[in-house]
Amino acid sequence: MCKGMPIWRNRNEIILLFDEIHVIYHVGVGVFWRPVSSKANLNKLKGEIKMSIRERLSGNEAAATAMKQINPDVVAAFPITPSTEIPQYFSSFVSNGTVDTEFVAVESEHSAMSACIGAEAAGARAMTATSSNGLSLMWEMIYIASSLRLPIVMSLVNRAVSGPLNIHNDHSDAMGVRDSGWIQLFSENNQEAYDNLIMAHRIAENKDVLLPLMVCQDGFITSHSIENIELIEDEKVKEFVGQYKPEHYLLNDKEPMAIGPLDLQAYLFEHKRQQAEAMKNAKKVILEVAKDFEKMTGRKYGFFEEYKLEDAEIAIVCMNSTAGTTKYTIDKLREKGIKAGLLKIRVFRPFPAEEVAKALSNLKAIAVLDKADSLNAAGGALFEDVVSGMYVNNIHVPTVSYVYGIGGRDTKSDDIEKVYNDLSKIVKTGNIDNPYRYLGVRD
Amino acid sequence: MAYNHKEIIANRPSRFTSGHRMCAGCGAPPVARMVLRALKPEDHAVITNATGCMEVSTFIYPYTAWTDSFIHTAFECAGATCAGVEAAYKSMKAQGKLPEDKTTKFIAFGGDGGTYDIGLQSLSGAMERGHDMVYVCYDNGAYMNTGIQRSSATPKFADTTTTPAGTKIPGKMQSRKDLTLIMANHHLPYVAQTAAIMNFKDLYEKSEKAIYTEGACFLNVLAPCPRGWGYPTEMLMEINKLAVETCYWPLYEVVNGKYKITYKPAKKLPIEEFLKPQKRFKHMFKPGNEWMIEEFQKEVDARWEELLRLEEITNKE
Repeated sequence: MCKGMPIWRNRNEIILLFDEIHVIYHVGVGVFWRPVSSKANLNKLKGEIKMSIRERLSGNEAAATAMKQINPDVVAAFPITPSTEIPQYFSSFVSNGTVDTEFVAVESEHSAMSACIGAEAAGARAMTATSSNGLSLMWEMIYIASSLRLPIVMSLVNRAVSGPLNIHNDHSDAMGVRDSGWIQLFSENNQEAYDNLIMAHRIAENKDVLLPLMVCQDGFITSHSIENIELIEDEKVKEFVGQYKPEHYLLNDKEPMAIGPLDLQAYLFEHKRQQAEAMKNAKKVILEVAKDFEKMTGRKYGFFEEYKLEDAEIAIVCMNSTAGTTKYTIDKLREKGIKAGLLKIRVFRPFPAEEVAKALSNLKAIAVLDKADSLNAAGGALFEDVVSGMYVNNIHVPTVSYVYGIGGRDTKSDDIEKVYNDLSKIVKTGNIDNPYRYLGVRD
Repeated sequence: MAYNHKEIIANRPSRFTSGHRMCAGCGAPPVARMVLRALKPEDHAVITNATGCMEVSTFIYPYTAWTDSFIHTAFECAGATCAGVEAAYKSMKAQGKLPEDKTTKFIAFGGDGGTYDIGLQSLSGAMERGHDMVYVCYDNGAYMNTGIQRSSATPKFADTTTTPAGTKIPGKMQSRKDLTLIMANHHLPYVAQTAAIMNFKDLYEKSEKAIYTEGACFLNVLAPCPRGWGYPTEMLMEINKLAVETCYWPLYEVVNGKYKITYKPAKKLPIEEFLKPQKRFKHMFKPGNEWMIEEFQKEVDARWEELLRLEEITNKE
């Protein structure tokens, strides 16, 4: 409780106002307050306040806040635009004793991941944050982290991988590690980046999974945009995330353990096969955790989000912030009677191939938007996954690939509208011409 | 307590066991055994190993020669990996997540490839951050695991598979990097250079100091390689001794910035004594190549003089 005028503090709180207890609510952009007449009433209102904490945070602040509430044992990170703020904010939590974390300010991202591996193997919960070339430098260790079955959690703020050098958003960093054995969750906005991080450890640390996990969000577009966000109170996060209790760990003095062997022809294949099985298991666990999360917050998550897809004839499949632009465009098109829809991928690894294929089965034309080019003359990575998923499940809908937004090229609603127009044309003519397309590039 | 070889061998069973696949006559296993003997028997330890001969010969799934907890991740990051383990210990200990009455020590092993070259950044970072750990470099002076390629620890004129002594270029033409001095200039609480000689006394004592000095400590230990150096396997201990007696590999320590040479040969042997038994220097003894030996001797002398000076300067009142 604090004393003072109801100044703009961006959160619900109980304050003393004119020597009387008042409760301050923030709803949307509005501030409301009312006096509290009795102690019983006060307790009831305190309960209400705990239901949700409304804040306004950037995507990086949201990620750092989630990390603060998770309170990991070790964070090892190296600054890189646009994720730099995450270790910055987190360092202040460490300096002020808000968290119990040992922060290792390493000299490179390679060392950041190496230290996370060491810490997680030692028995600690370890986290990191990076972007772009930072992830590229980690690449070797990314594979080692998953092969050692260490549930490290990373906040990946997506940025174009060099070269040439560019600091803006695309998904080439995440796509570069899509076969590395990490679970990859994508987030449309700050709220999802926060929620995905709160769910991350429960998924990664599950005994049937034991895989590292990265939560992706779009560099600058969401990492540096301040949005309304609903936070979960600290105690609830603590209870939800739970304690990390590994079965085997280096610091257990009662059971020596050796990790990271030379693993030759006789065993490596089986170990890789186990990793593949763990990734399959992750599908079930991701949904279970989402169910528990919904119970706590009322916010529902699955493998993907369907927006006006049920009766749609044409649809876009995409990830992260572009989904927001797409939803806006769909609403506009729907007003004109165009049956447009969206399938926004949240879980990219493991890839829910069967579920995606089924969700797209009733469409007449589909565009898959990739914010990274595979430079393979055969379409982007998401496109390939969606198409092969449909083929294997015997679903045949005309589908085209669009590579877009490379190096932070702005993708406006007009661009999205153009894609839907192209799809309408395909439906009308039955003619695809070129399935490997580009959006928003000068030819 | 004064070092008693018999007692140490009798009372401190090896925590690095036999059955590993290191070569006969390799200098690294005796180093690992002796470093670990310097651990108090009641202390728990986590060993980190860089990729290299030692790692691939001691932990081939599902067998391990290490009785302590052990982690290997990659070639260039033993420093950072060990730092991560130590950070976990610090954090979990402070939070009461680990038993209060148990001490765990952290020791990283890397060859000169994983330490002088590809792992230098990771090592430098870990040491600068002051993790409570010891990094032990077993220096065999080339990338022996991949088949004897030159490293920045390879001495001048040595014949390696990437600096073959040819008709135009007679071996490696660059001088050896002085990693021990580089680490000393990180201003660490304890840095030492040692070798397995004199019943391991020097190695044991320095290991004990490094392990039980709080903060980041560094040991550079000579670890001859019969394959890469070309000496008969039974000559390992003799080679170690010659490296020290010729002042090619001086034994010294730097304690909080003060240099102390822990062994000064009564009579410094000429460098030929060290070079001659090794095939990698064979071409230096061909008629007409006397200049190479002279140059080598000059460099050894200069480095020894520098060390004597450092000892004098840093110990002045």
